Amino acid sequence: MWRRLKPSERNLRAWQIGLLVFILIGWHLVSRDQKIAFFLGEPIKVAGRVWSWFMPFGFGPSGLFPDGLSGNADIYLHLGTTLLETVLAFGIGTALGLACGLWLALAPTASAILDPYIKAANSMPRVILAPIFSLWLGLGIWSKVALAVTLVFFIVFFNVYQGVKEVSPVVLANARMLGANQRQLLRTVYLPSATSWVFSSLHTSVGLAFVGAVVGEYLGSARGVGYLILQAEGTFDVNTVFAGIVVLTAFALVLDGIVGRVEKKLMKWQPRTGETEKL
Amino acid sequence: MPEPDNTCALELIDISCTFRSRDDAGQRYTAVANTTLRIQAGEFVSVVGPTGCGKSTLLNIGAGLLEASSGEVKVFGTPLAGINTRAGYMFQTEALMPWRSAIANVMMGLQYRGVPDDEARRQAQAWLERVGLGEFGDRYPHQLSGGMRKRTALAQVLALDPDIILMDEPFSALDIQTRQLMENEVLDLWAAKKKAVLFITHDLDEAIAMSDRVVVLSAGPGTHPIGEFTIDLPRPRDVAEVRSQPRFVELHKQIWDVLRDEVLKGYAQQLKKAA
Repeated sequence: MWRRLKPSERNLRAWQIGLLVFILIGWHLVSRDQKIAFFLGEPIKVAGRVWSWFMPFGFGPSGLFPDGLSGNADIYLHLGTTLLETVLAFGIGTALGLACGLWLALAPTASAILDPYIKAANSMPRVILAPIFSLWLGLGIWSKVALAVTLVFFIVFFNVYQGVKEVSPVVLANARMLGANQRQLLRTVYLPSATSWVFSSLHTSVGLAFVGAVVGEYLGSARGVGYLILQAEGTFDVNTVFAGIVVLTAFALVLDGIVGRVEKKLMKWQPRTGETEKL
Repeated sequence: MPEPDNTCALELIDISCTFRSRDDAGQRYTAVANTTLRIQAGEFVSVVGPTGCGKSTLLNIGAGLLEASSGEVKVFGTPLAGINTRAGYMFQTEALMPWRSAIANVMMGLQYRGVPDDEARRQAQAWLERVGLGEFGDRYPHQLSGGMRKRTALAQVLALDPDIILMDEPFSALDIQTRQLMENEVLDLWAAKKKAVLFITHDLDEAIAMSDRVVVLSAGPGTHPIGEFTIDLPRPRDVAEVRSQPRFVELHKQIWDVLRDEVLKGYAQQLKKAA
């Protein structure tokens, strides 16, 4: 009996799901106490909140939901706003990081002059820029995009910078011997080499783009999931706060999965373990 | 442009090369001193010397990747400025771009020269076939074995049809069987096209088996040629069989007598450096 239940590679998924169920049941039992439920929320109400956000139809009163469940389908505008901010920030931040990283890595003088400023900008807690961006760009999406861009930019920038600096000198010399001029070197050696470093940073940066967007909304906005969470918090509606967290987590996972998919497709030249010598 | 057969393809005239230490400007290291080396068009010249004696430095100067501290480099009589565009360079370590497939790697030099993609692909495929990799064009370097990567690198160099081929211990990382196969293939390709070859190696057997001429370098610092031997073994040669010929053994002994002291000196210096 124990031999079959013992965690192994085969029943790993079952154990993962089991752990989730265990936590949910524990949460549910603890939240039977109304005083605790006020702080911790109730998993069933959180699920009901997620349902009403996404589904256009509801149910009448039932055992699980004595007040009935309404289907509002009203999160799409907010979720769309947050995702739009995330994707814009991710795209702009990555492009800027790539361009600046390439430029500074290939222009040693400029890099030497700017070095202290880059260090300063990177060590500054950039979330405090949010009020300034709100002041400059208003409460619309662009103040959130700007905040998230500052988070994404530095991750990509430092990775590209490192990537260009660590181009194999032999590959570089080989390309020069084969007759590459500066532009061809950039396109065929530096850029592909930097790309592999960028991809290793994209998982981090897509998460940070999300953080930037949500924190921006949380600090002042008229729509977005961060805004929903802020509103719920104002009325001590802890279930909605948790529902917001669940939705954000799910979509962060989806974005990460998309990045992983793209990475796998573009980086097929990289050796993966177990596949090094195919012949 | 046609060149008469007796012109020098590559001339290194009185070359010295001094490196300055990056941490301490006062510390200098003279890798190569007062070296003159001439390679005729169509000649296969090997340079042997103890490890770390500055053989690669010499080759990089000939390639235009490195500028000599003093002296002059001439390519077919013209002083060299910048990269030597008439030379192809085969590196000791991996030089293929890992993000390009084998055929894309071979095409690369042609693309740099503005050859249209279709034409470049056709030529690259022909070269891959000539080095025995016709069916492996779509593989990435990490999917190829060490020997196949070397063949790809060879095709990459030869696809540009350079007049001078520089080789820096190209087969030192290969096992002995693959190595002899590759050596024979290089000899065949060379016999067909008769390019000038400057071949760097620390393996005396390889040098004698392949070359018209073997130049022995002294141990560093201040490496310079200390002996030159014409290899009068008949061609075509098979690198494995030629080793058993009496003339080969005789030449090997002659050159080794010169080289041995330098190898010992070079080794002693490395020990001193490590201590």
